[in-house]
This record gives sequence, structure tokens and C-alpha cells, in this order.
Amino acid sequence: MPSLPAPLSGFVTTFVTMFKKPTTEQYPEQRDQYPPAPRFHGRHQLNRHPDGLEKCVGCELCAWACPADAIYVEGADNTEAERFSPGERYGRVYQINYLRCIFCGLCIEACPTRALTMTHEYELADSDRGRLIYEKEQLLAPLLPGMLPPPHPMVPGTDEQDYYAGRVTTAVPEQEVTVAPQ
Amino acid sequence: MTALASGPAGPSAGEPEALVTAVIDDVAVRVPVNTLIIRAAELLGTWIPRFCDHPLLDPVAACRQCLVQIDGMPKPQPACAIGLTDGMVVRTQATSAVAAEAQAGVMEFLLINHPLDCPVCDKGGECPLQNQAMSSGRPTSRFTEPKRTFPKPLALSSQVLLDRERCVSCARCTRFSDQIAGDPFIDLLERGSAQQVGIGDGVPFDSYFSGNTIQICPVGALTSTSYRFRSRPFDLVSTPTVCEHCAAGCALRTDLRRGQVMRRLAWEDPAVNEEWNCDKGRFAFTYISHERITEPLIRDREGVLQRASWSEAIAHAARLLAPALEHGRSAVLTGGRLTWEDACAYGRFARTVLGTDDVDFRNRPASAAEAEFLRSHVAAAPLGPTYDEICEAPLVMVVATDLEDECPILLLRLRAAVRRGSTQVAEISPVATGAQRKLSATRVNATAGQEGAVLAALNAFPAGTVIILGERAATVPGLFEAVGARIAAGARVAWLPRRAGERGALAAGLLPGLLPGGRPLLDPAARAEVGRAWGVDPSLLPTAPGRDAAGITEAAAAGELDALIVAGVDTRDAPDPHALRAALAGAGVLISLEQRHTEVTAQADVVLPVAAVTEKAGTFLDFEGRARPFPAADRQSGALTDARVLALLADEIGRPMGAQTVAAVRAEQVGLGRWQAGSATRSAPPPRAGRPAAVTGAQDAGRLRLATWHTLLDAGVLQRPEPGLAGTQRPAVVRLAAATATRLNLTAGSPCTVRTEHGAITLPLVITEMDEATVWLPTNSPGSAVRTALRAAHGDEVTVEAGHAPVVSS
Ligand code: SF4
Ligand code: SF4
Ligand code: SF4
Ligand code: SF4
Ligand code: FES
Repeated sequence: MPSLPAPLSGFVTTFVTMFKKPTTEQYPEQRDQYPPAPRFHGRHQLNRHPDGLEKCVGCELCAWACPADAIYVEGADNTEAERFSPGERYGRVYQINYLRCIFCGLCIEACPTRALTMTHEYELADSDRGRLIYEKEQLLAPLLPGMLPPPHPMVPGTDEQDYYAGRVTTAVPEQEVTVAPQ
Repeated sequence: MTALASGPAGPSAGEPEALVTAVIDDVAVRVPVNTLIIRAAELLGTWIPRFCDHPLLDPVAACRQCLVQIDGMPKPQPACAIGLTDGMVVRTQATSAVAAEAQAGVMEFLLINHPLDCPVCDKGGECPLQNQAMSSGRPTSRFTEPKRTFPKPLALSSQVLLDRERCVSCARCTRFSDQIAGDPFIDLLERGSAQQVGIGDGVPFDSYFSGNTIQICPVGALTSTSYRFRSRPFDLVSTPTVCEHCAAGCALRTDLRRGQVMRRLAWEDPAVNEEWNCDKGRFAFTYISHERITEPLIRDREGVLQRASWSEAIAHAARLLAPALEHGRSAVLTGGRLTWEDACAYGRFARTVLGTDDVDFRNRPASAAEAEFLRSHVAAAPLGPTYDEICEAPLVMVVATDLEDECPILLLRLRAAVRRGSTQVAEISPVATGAQRKLSATRVNATAGQEGAVLAALNAFPAGTVIILGERAATVPGLFEAVGARIAAGARVAWLPRRAGERGALAAGLLPGLLPGGRPLLDPAARAEVGRAWGVDPSLLPTAPGRDAAGITEAAAAGELDALIVAGVDTRDAPDPHALRAALAGAGVLISLEQRHTEVTAQADVVLPVAAVTEKAGTFLDFEGRARPFPAADRQSGALTDARVLALLADEIGRPMGAQTVAAVRAEQVGLGRWQAGSATRSAPPPRAGRPAAVTGAQDAGRLRLATWHTLLDAGVLQRPEPGLAGTQRPAVVRLAAATATRLNLTAGSPCTVRTEHGAITLPLVITEMDEATVWLPTNSPGSAVRTALRAAHGDEVTVEAGHAPVVSS
């Protein structure tokens, strides 16, 4: 087969490409069209029980599991006056340092209460190191309908076992009255 | 293998130990007869799983986790309770499927009712049950029924919490309380699966040693309120340290998380505290990070303390000190809490920079007789009598101290010795105490202040007797003479100060007329040695003994001192706090080296912040004279030691004393050593007549002698803020004998007032077995500030009456 002159043959790929469908993703203009894979490891989230109490018990198992030493947790006692989670213990301080995190997900596997999961959020760039240490408030899941912001008591007549067994499904009015004005 | 700790079942010391040959896992061992299988296996490197076994407690075989196979026995046997005999053939889980199966079975039983608490359990990460469930348990659970639960946690005291479902019924805590501490307030209750640890209704776990049960509990059933949920083992940076509270010198482990002390544990030192400590040493550490002074402060023209840089503050202090340096009219007062290195620096600063011998570490009732005794019998003494020697003495005579309140670890060591029968204890005391009960001690009654006369009147002691002489001996007339006579007759004396730094301050020469290593200031040879070590011309050192604390206080109040340097002094500890306050106000210049704001810093012209015990390396000398060096637990704080601050000041003044780092002071002092010359050269001022007049026995109705000492847990500054610990304080009460109470028409529980011309203290009365001419008060407990309110010391005369009294303003 007669070959094209060398200067032209170099343009064959260019010419062919002109008739192919482009694969450019219009990020960030059309980011919604390109969701990450279902099991993508994005920013962490600290989940809530259906009545809004926090699931984290401040056990530090996530921090222990973390190979990058990215998590810092301090536990504390729930009191009758100030309850953040069912049971005795909650996470008073919770920080994840996204300068260190390698999104391996080992912390998620370690969490005994499913408090910690990962979202699909990946836009975590910043120009300030301090702002890349996320605090508990930034990591907590949003309040869905039926949830009350802690601190507030458990649903009357239940204990933490009921929460873990899924027998609490929503906040009740008795919890509402005690919510302190924010 | 003779170094083996054979435990209580082993042969007692002194007898030749019979050796036996046995076989464990096909390996022959030769060990003393009755060595426990579990100990012998440790020597071979085989770890038999265990919960209830503890080398310092009698075996009970309560948990059954240590089952092993023994040839000739039909069933597996507990290795922690069976001693080896000749020819015994033992197989552990390493070589026996039967043993391994038995252990796995026991573990399955233990876990049946064990909660899934690990994420919220303080023991998680350092839990023997977690570890042994992994090594000896089944991989999966066959138990699907609901678990037994209890309401939790149960507060045994304000400091100790119990989660009953985590308990494995090992009885370590109850055996410790019963066998070691002698406070059997907790016990195993109920039987079978309802078995639980508990306390009697309304009887709190009232023990100064309760923290040890938390430490030896092999699971997270016992936890402390102060450490609950605070951190995980991997957060902690651990450093072996030494307790800064009393003169027992306990080895501790200090655990820090991000520069904050999270907890302290008793650490192992067989020669001193074995594996125990007291609750004060364990829990009283929050003061370290509480309301600290972090920057130097200078008083401005308006009289307000202002923050300053170090160079500014040091320069200012040096300027203020100039007139004092010219006339040598200055003094140094230190409390009993300094490390030995810091005390050495104060001694050197006083003698070479200030040119004064007015130094004293005794911010408490003291006397010239005591100073003379310390100079001649303690300051230059070598190590001893040691704990071990005291525990082997034929008779231990306790005088003027309450061991439970003032040296709790000596109490535990002596109690163990009494239980083994190696010693017996007698105590000269006006009050029958818990310490005497725990030691099965004979109490020789003495009205407060008459202990000296009683000691002198006793029969000769057996050879090798050890006399333990406490802090309040200082105000007992004639006691040191009586002790001197006993020493001449062959007895040994252990001087038991109340604070960790007192023996070190004495060795450092923080007493008038005393140079480091017990050297007498009046001896030119001693001055020459010290001058050489300090690199100064000995002729520049003071040649005449200076004033003691009382003299310094008096002189300062009278305006005779140009400068006063005060370190770690709590005014409430002084024999007369009002007089000390007057002295602080009367001194020309007051320089305070302190960790937090006190009445001293409130008056000081310059305040120089110094390092707390976790932030520096140092050494305490315990009451034996044993050096207890420790490294800095917190190496990041940057706080300066007292010695470094004094060195900066000395440099600024132009009379440098070197860098005064811990290493430099140690090297300087080791080079100097103890004073070796005979006692003939030991010349000091003749003892002045002691302050209290001779006691003449029982007086008219309400006139009684005051017996008083600090209870272990009281209103001391280093115990704040720690509400859990404060909750275990023994309530402050007045104690009287039944006959005295009847005579004064007082009934138990009713308010009772103790008064002097300066003031009064009213507390509920407790009838106690005690001397009838004596009344007892705690020295510094909430509601009972004896020195502030009464300005009285042990042995002084007070008036006792019924009911509340209008407080006489002082
Ligand atoms: S995802 Fe991995 S690296 Fe990131 S916090 Fe979790 S355990 Fe640490
Ligand atoms: S997120 Fe989960 S693993 Fe981490 S502390 Fe909270 S409960 Fe424990
Ligand atoms: S005692 Fe040990 S095994 Fe039991 S809950 Fe606590 S950490 Fe887990
Ligand atoms: S509380 Fe702890 S030490 Fe006491 S018996 Fe239970 S497991 Fe043993
Ligand atoms: S360790 Fe032997 S029975 Fe508990």
C-alpha cells in the first residue's frame, strides 16, 4: 500500500478525531451530569439517628484505624441536661484533617455504630491549611425532616438498644419542648 | 531461678529453699517447691491466660481462665493456684489440646454475659479480656439470647465507677481491699450468674487506695470518674515519673495526651511502692494545668502586676535586689515541694548570690530542736532505714505521725510485713486510728504533746528497732532528746516528713547552718569543700548560721529584711499564717517563684513562673533518703525550672552560678557527695528552748491539748480542682474520748467548738477511743483550717465547748 507522504500521515489521527464524539466533561458547569461511581470515597459524614441524636459515640476506633492519622476524637459524657447521642458517651471533638486523609475508608469499616460514612462530595480544595481540618459541625449530616438538633433527650421510654435496633424512627414532641433555642 | 517471686504460698524468707524438678510442656524446670505453675511457665516464656492471678495477692482461682493439664489429675487444674511438686508433669495450652479446649470453654462462659461495650469502655485497647478473647477464645459466638444487664455505671464512690456486667468476678478488687489496703468495703455479692461486686447500702468505698482496684481490674468494670471517656491507649505518651505529693516516693506512670495529663498509674518498684499508690498520687494532678502563671509579672507604680518579658523581669528583679545584696539582708523561704536540684539551686543562690544563710524549707510548725536533730542525724545520713529494713525490724515504733494520712505506702508495706509476721508495730499516739487497726499496732497512749515523755519512759527496745518520727514531732517538747537517747541505745530512726521535697531540701542544705550534703556551715573544711564545688572563694560564704523560718518571718515583719525570695509557699501552711502575711508585706522586696497565683504572688514585686513537676526533670529524695529521679513527662512546655530562673537572675546580678540545668546540678552535687567527717565537728547553735512549755497533764474541764495532722485528702492546693477526689475526703470532725465528752456534756454528732484566743472551729463531734486530755482536729480540711483559725499546732492548749460559738475575729 502506497504510504502517504510523511508530513500528511502525521495528521491522520487529527483528521479522524474530528468526526468522533468528544468526551470532554464540562466540569464545573455541568458537574451534575457526571456523578462519581456509587462506591466513590468522598468527604466523610457523621450520621444521625432518625430523631437527630448523633450516632458517634466518641470511641476513637476510626482514629485508631486511620493509617494517615487524619482523625482526632475526644469522647465525653452525655448528661441528663445535655444529651448528644443515646447511651453514655458521645464525640465531643471530632476533626478530620483532609490534608492527611487518603480516602481509604478504613475508618468507615472501623466505626461500630455506622456513625461515619463517606459522601460523594469531592470538592475539597482550599488555599488555607487550617480550613482543611474539618470540625464536627462541618461533618455532621444535615437535619432531615423529623430530626431535632441535639442536645435533647432520647425518645421517652427508650434506651440506646432501641436506637441501635431501629425502633426509634422519628423525633417525638416530648423531645421537642426541651430543645434549647439556638 | 531462685529470683523467682514465689508468692504467699512460697517458703518464707530465711529458710533454705527446697528445689523441685518438674516438667512443663516437655521442658524440665528446677524451681523452689510450691512455685505456682503460672509463675514457672512465665519463666519458660509461656503465657497462660489469666484474670484473677496477681503476684501480690493470695491465689483464689476464681476465674478459671488459666486451666492446664496435669498428669495424674482427672480434670484441668488452675495454674495460678497449684504449686509445683517434685516430678509434676504439666501441659499448658501450648502442648495440650485439653488445656486449650478448657480455656476456650471458660472464655466462652465469660463472654456469654459480657456486654458489647468495647467502643465505650475505657479499658478498650489495653484490655486483657479483649486480648485473651482473641488468643484463647472462639472466633464466633454461639450465644444468641439477650445478655444480662445492670443499670450502669454504679458509683462506688465519687471517684470509682462500676459497670457490673463487665465484671469477670475475678475478686482482684475485693482481695486488694481486704488483703493489701485493709479496707474491705467492696465484696462479691450474690451467686451464679447474678454474682456482682458491690458495696453495702449507704457505705461508700471509703479508701485512700481505691484507685489501685481500677488499675488491677483486668476488665473495664472499674473505672475512674476522672479518666472516663478521656482517651485511648494509643493517644497517650507515657513517662515513668515519681509522685510529688508525699515522702513515700512512689513510682508512677504519667500519661499525657497533647501535653495534658490524662491519668496517672502506680508503676512498679519492688523496693518502694511495689505496684500500689494512693488516690492522692493517682488523681491529684489537675492542678498542673489549672490557672497557671505563664509569663513573668512585674508590679508597676500603681501596684498592679503587669506582664513582662523574661529579660525585663529578670533585669527588674536584679535591680530591686541591689540594696539587699549590698547589706546581705535577705532571706529565702521555700515550701517542702521543691525537687532536690531546685533546692540545691536555692541554697547556692542564697549563699553565693544573696550572701545570706537565712534559708528554711520548713513552712510549717518547726522548732530549733528539730533543726538540730535534722542537721545531726538526717542531713548527712546515708540511705536507710529502707522500706525493706523497716519491714524486717523486730519492732517499728511510730511516733508523731499517722501513717495512713501522712505516708500511705509505708502503711501498705508495713501491713504486708505484719501480715507475713516479719515485724510488729507500736504507736505512741493520743488517738486510736485506722492505721493502727490495719497494722494490728499496739497504741501507747500519750496526751498530745507528751509523746516525748512517754517515749523516754518506755522499756528498752529490742535491738534493731526502727522509730518512725513524723512531721509533728517538731512541736513536741523533749521528743528529740528522747529519740536521741534511743538512737544512742541502738535504735534507728526514719524521719518521715510529709512532703516529697523536704528530705531533698535538707540534703541540699536549705536550713540555716547547713550546707549541701549535711555539711555544717560552721566548719571551715566544709565551707572550703562547698566553695570549691561552687567555684567561689569560701571566704565569701556566710560564716554564721542564719535565721530559721520563724526568725525570718519575724525579721521581715519588723522590716529588717531588704529582700525575701519565696518559692512554693502556701501561707495557710505556716505555723501562724497571719504572721507570714505580715512578713510578706514587711519585706523590702518580695520575689515569688510560683506556678499559680497565691497570697505570695498577690504581694510580690516580681513573679517568675516556674515549671510544674511534669514539665521538668528532677529528683525527689523519699523519706528513706533514696534518690527518685524522674524525666520530664511534658518536654514541650518550655517552662523553666526554679534552678534555671535563679541562674538567670544570678547572671544578671553578676554573680553567675552556671547554667543550673538538672544535669549540671546533679554533676555538681555528685562531685560534692555527703559530709564524711565525724560528729565532733558538727557544731551548730545550741538548741534553744522549744516553744511549748512542758505539759502538765489534764487541766480544768474544757482545757485540752490539741492533736492535729493533715488528713491525706484535704483542702491542699495540689488537690484542686478534682471533684471526684474531693468527694472521697473524710469529713472534718472533732474527736474526743467518750469520758471527755461526757464531762463536757457533749454528745456524738452535736456541734463542738474548739477555740484559742485567736479564733474557733466548730465541727460535729465524733466519739473516738483516745486520750482523755486531748482533742483532735484535721489540720487543713474544709471547715477546719487549724493554723489560720486557731494559730495552734499539735500539742498546744485549746478550749473545747459545746455548740456553735460566735467566731472571734482575728
Ligand atoms: S479515609 Fe482513610 S485516611 Fe481518610 S480518615 Fe478514614 S481511615 Fe483515615
Ligand atoms: S465516628 Fe464511629 S468510630 Fe469514630 S469515634 Fe464516632 S463512633 Fe467511634
Ligand atoms: S472490659 Fe474489655 S472486653 Fe469488656 S467491654 Fe471493656 S474493653 Fe471490651
Ligand atoms: S470489678 Fe474487676 S477486679 Fe473486681 S471482680 Fe470484677 S473484674 Fe475483678
Ligand atoms: S488466673 Fe487462675 S483461676 Fe484466675
